[in-house]
Amino acid sequence: MAYKNFILVCGGTACESSHSEEIYRNLIKEAEALGVSRDVQVVKTGCFGFCEKGPIVKVLPSESFYVEVKPEDAHEIIAEQVVKGREVTRLLYRKDKKSDTAKLEDIEFYQKQFRIVLRNCGVINPESIDEYIARDGYKALEKALFEMAPEEIIAEVKASGLRGRGGAGFPTGLKWEAARKSPGDVKYIVCNADEGDPGAYMDRSTIEGDPHSILEAMVIAGRAVGANFGYIYIRAEYPLAIERLKIAIAQAKEYGLLGKDILGSGFDFDIEIRLGAGAFVCGEETALLQSIEGKRGMPRPKPPFPAVKGLWGKPTVINNVETLANIPVVLTRGAQWFAAIGTEKSKGTKVFALTGKINNSGLIEVPMGTTLREIIFDIGGGIKGGRKFKGVQTGGPSGGIIVEKDLDTPISYESLTALGSMMGSGGMIVMSEDDCVVDVSKFYMAFCVDESCGKCAPCRIGTKQMYGLLDKISKGQGEEADLDKLEQIGRAMTKASLCMLGGSAANPTLSTLRHFRAEYLEHIRDKKCRAGKCKDLVVYEIDPAKCIGCGLCARRCPVPCITGEKKKPHVIDGSKCIKCGECYTACKFGAVIKR
Amino acid sequence: MAKMTLEQLRAFREGKRQELEKRNVEGKDIQVIVGMGTCGIAAGAKLTFDAIVAALEKHNMADKVVVRQTGCMGLCYVEPTVEVVMPGMPPVIYGKMTSDVAEELVVKHLVEHSLLDNHIFDRPAVDIVAH
Repeated sequence: MAYKNFILVCGGTACESSHSEEIYRNLIKEAEALGVSRDVQVVKTGCFGFCEKGPIVKVLPSESFYVEVKPEDAHEIIAEQVVKGREVTRLLYRKDKKSDTAKLEDIEFYQKQFRIVLRNCGVINPESIDEYIARDGYKALEKALFEMAPEEIIAEVKASGLRGRGGAGFPTGLKWEAARKSPGDVKYIVCNADEGDPGAYMDRSTIEGDPHSILEAMVIAGRAVGANFGYIYIRAEYPLAIERLKIAIAQAKEYGLLGKDILGSGFDFDIEIRLGAGAFVCGEETALLQSIEGKRGMPRPKPPFPAVKGLWGKPTVINNVETLANIPVVLTRGAQWFAAIGTEKSKGTKVFALTGKINNSGLIEVPMGTTLREIIFDIGGGIKGGRKFKGVQTGGPSGGIIVEKDLDTPISYESLTALGSMMGSGGMIVMSEDDCVVDVSKFYMAFCVDESCGKCAPCRIGTKQMYGLLDKISKGQGEEADLDKLEQIGRAMTKASLCMLGGSAANPTLSTLRHFRAEYLEHIRDKKCRAGKCKDLVVYEIDPAKCIGCGLCARRCPVPCITGEKKKPHVIDGSKCIKCGECYTACKFGAVIKR
Repeated sequence: MAKMTLEQLRAFREGKRQELEKRNVEGKDIQVIVGMGTCGIAAGAKLTFDAIVAALEKHNMADKVVVRQTGCMGLCYVEPTVEVVMPGMPPVIYGKMTSDVAEELVVKHLVEHSLLDNHIFDRPAVDIVAH
């Protein structure tokens, strides 16, 4: 028994609500009626992430992609496609009314993702150099060693428009050029893999899925700037990524792609791994270099920039993991190809770790210029539990919140900065109406208090003071003047801090104050947290009309402070309640009320 | 392998590429590919991997199937993820493949040549290397 066709019916929440279940049943019925149920299997699948055009039906192996399918279309799909082997053209997806129907080659029309950095992630075995080589691996290195002069490599990277993916967005080609022009025999290439934003895991996944792309890019960078040695600075809490890097380095050395006289070109390059202890500030390039040198990781003023005076005083290029992963593709496909992707000033793609209150959390890569709405609603499948969207935090503790009205802004370094956030390394945390802006700001500020290195006063004192004010507000003890103080300290920190940790630490607070000042005032004036996140402002009660007296909440209560007879309404003793919310989540009848 | 020269690397790449493509197209091998980034492993990919190997033994499929690992496929909300590539069947990515579904995967997909309900997901983007 072997099926000739497979019909996949999207069983995602969105499609299900538009009758995909009925389509599924009709397809099975029609297949039986037309006597082809042995030729076709009808399968329910997960979400295809193209919910706006749902319900989606896909037929394999022909890859026919049908959109906005109705239950009555089932007959035609079976009769035409399965019986006669012809596609139902009127149901095929097309980009607009004029264009031809889209088939396999046009898949990018509906797939909003475009994978350059993640090209091998989830495709090759990351522990096999052979598979990397088979998929054009080390081809860019061949070009860099035998076909291009160092100046040509730099010109190509400059022409591609590639900018640093670590957050600030400095043009990579210019960085390389500055290091090349700096006088000195000894130069270094450093890969910054000290990813530390809460909720971000782009770099870890890239290294875990495709370690050789980083090694190849570092050798190319070495060739371009005239360096023969490189360090990968990675945090010790990424054991699998470190393990795979070690395997990759050993394999590359064995094949002669690292070490002395690479591929007989006469060029030497070697790479060593340096483990960081997980300090957030060591993601800042000057602090990172201090840490590699064995000193305490603290930033120093710039200039001199590392490209002039870096590791051990030598010219050094520091590139983030994601930046480097782009390099081999820039060389193999050419600067023109790369520069055609993205917006005018932000070229190529960006990887985001999409998390928070989102249905399809995941590691995604989209062309620059994609809107946040496309990311959150088309790729991410919308907000969990059908709740209302509140905002999205980009750039982690250094970024700001972006709200509904700005969701249609095409993503670029400039546009996110203009919205009071930043590109950052690519963490993207989606918040719903169940999140409280005071609570979120307090969380990020607590993170910055912990991670501030303490070298400069604005950051050391400013983060602590801002945290104190946010904590006060979250406990219902805030005053209206506190909001002005927050803004004042925030502005001072932004201007006066030594590095970007302090310089951006106020962003979450300042941006939420701008968009959600009313919620801060609610905490201060009404002692109320509408999301119910600020524990001290929440009161749990039981609605006697809804309580059936099942006793589940009383059994879950860790204090315990819930009493009541069986089958009679229970009562919460507010004086003992620790506001853990266990009763609220436990109750199946909505009888526990959060105020 | 000893250190390579440029010519050797080029010849080697061509050979490996054909090997990889042949496996995919003519499909002499059945490949079961488990996403094993930290995210996948945290969601139980190692247990899934072991359970698939055990199920293959049980159903006498072990000599026909290669079980491989790969990095993160990007579908964090449905980890662990498993891709199956085999002759006569379209390549499919399965999500939510916890170890208890492993045997169902082997029996239904590999032995009976049919797809599993409620576990199929889409590869998130076109492959720029193959294109």
